[in-house]
Amino acid sequence: MSLVARFTRSPEGLFGAAVLAALIVIALGAPFLFPRDPLSIVGPPLTAPFTDWALPLGTDRLGRNVLAELVHGSRASLLVGFAATLAAIIIGASVGTIAGFAGGLVDEALMRVVDAFQTVPGFLLALAFVSVIGASLPVVVLAIALSAWTGPARLARAEVLSLRERDYVAAARVIGMHPAEIAFRQILPNALAPVLALSAVIVAGAILTEAALSFLGLGDPNIVTWGSMIAEGRAVLRSSPFLSIIPGIALVVTVLGVYLFGEGLSEALSRRAVRS
Amino acid sequence: MSALLIAENLGKSFRRGGVRLAAVDGASFSVDDGETLGIVGPSGSGKTTLARLVVRLIDADVGTLQFEGADLLALRGKALRATRKRIQMVFQDPLAALNPRASVADVIGDPLRIHRLADSGGRPAAIAHLLNRVGLPAALASRAVHEISGGQRQRVAIARALATEPRLIVLDEAASALDVSARAHILKLLVELQAESGISYIFVSHDIAVVRAISHRVAIMDHGRIVETGPTAQVIAAPQSATGKALIAAVPHLMPAQD
Repeated sequence: MSLVARFTRSPEGLFGAAVLAALIVIALGAPFLFPRDPLSIVGPPLTAPFTDWALPLGTDRLGRNVLAELVHGSRASLLVGFAATLAAIIIGASVGTIAGFAGGLVDEALMRVVDAFQTVPGFLLALAFVSVIGASLPVVVLAIALSAWTGPARLARAEVLSLRERDYVAAARVIGMHPAEIAFRQILPNALAPVLALSAVIVAGAILTEAALSFLGLGDPNIVTWGSMIAEGRAVLRSSPFLSIIPGIALVVTVLGVYLFGEGLSEALSRRAVRS
Repeated sequence: MSALLIAENLGKSFRRGGVRLAAVDGASFSVDDGETLGIVGPSGSGKTTLARLVVRLIDADVGTLQFEGADLLALRGKALRATRKRIQMVFQDPLAALNPRASVADVIGDPLRIHRLADSGGRPAAIAHLLNRVGLPAALASRAVHEISGGQRQRVAIARALATEPRLIVLDEAASALDVSARAHILKLLVELQAESGISYIFVSHDIAVVRAISHRVAIMDHGRIVETGPTAQVIAAPQSATGKALIAAVPHLMPAQD
């Protein structure tokens, strides 16, 4: 409750939350707003925006409704953003918790794996992964998660290293609790707050990575994404720049909204940390 | 009375900046059934390390530790976790020793669940019974640990320690973080629990007045060594060691007997 109260005191956080809420409503409402397949042809090609009220944002090279594509594209962006982040946090927090709690050789081995992943640029890793396994939504999600889990892993490890020295962890050992239960039920929940604050940055990065993969033609070909829309518009960039600009703006607003939401959240969390 | 716990020549050293510092050095002592052994000493004398050695939170470098006639230091993994129900510990700061996200019922229910002492159906009743034993209302079970007072928290920590019906409870400065009246209540509670169930205590404190109130025998520690042991009244009336003399001289109001 008090976390929510502190969050509402940050204007950027509220703005981000509003943008995010609007996007989620749009993404969930897409099948009702535009029940037709967004990839179906509905009008003459390259209709300019704001010239036909049936097609408010015009049509693309093939005569597909840009607004419908945009609305359906938000589903892919948000789905990939959230799913990849969830996967990255689960993998990262688990690895970080095990490394921090076990210590010694296990810690060394796991952290060298983290190092190895961090030395490869994240986008390159995702690109290689998708081009080897093939483009589909789950593969894209996994590819992005693989390049994003190291941050949560490092953060969770650092938190666990400080938490495991607390008396309540010693008390859990004294009552005979199994080490796995101590690590995942006593320590991990208390280590999660800063890791979750990091999640907004990961969501924003994941959305951009997904768009970049789609732009390069490595997205799922069966669904509309903002990245594929920008790539599609590139061919007619001089005559119809709006085809690239519109999804580009959507992407910027989304990433900004997610990022500001994360800012507000970490600010609210750090205020609590200062107080306690 | 027979010896419940026998420690012989226990030693533990830590490496700090390349130098090995002996936190506990050749400590030998025993605790009988139903007896309270007070361990006093100035800060840094190794009292807490000794307490943590006895409950196997840290491993001794040398020495032997016999509990109920069995070698405590040889236990590992599952066997150690099973034996832990016989030796419990209460920590100095009850807020630090309780998971900040837990409720009172979680804290007391954990040992019951781990050692299968009450199934999930019988657990609320067992928790209520334990709360009553430490003088708390059963309704406290649903509260979060950060919502209750320091004295109540320490009672909850004692209830957690009692949950497994241990033979020995190691209390590390268990009354030191509390205000004077809460401290008196906790000490009274510990004495009552001992009279009820014949439990043994190792009571570690820097405060010789508190130790005198609860201990049958006292061991005085300094620089990791036990420098003096004996019945409480005898040690306080006529300390033999320099550390013991200094500790008792530092509490002038203690000498005129209050009882």
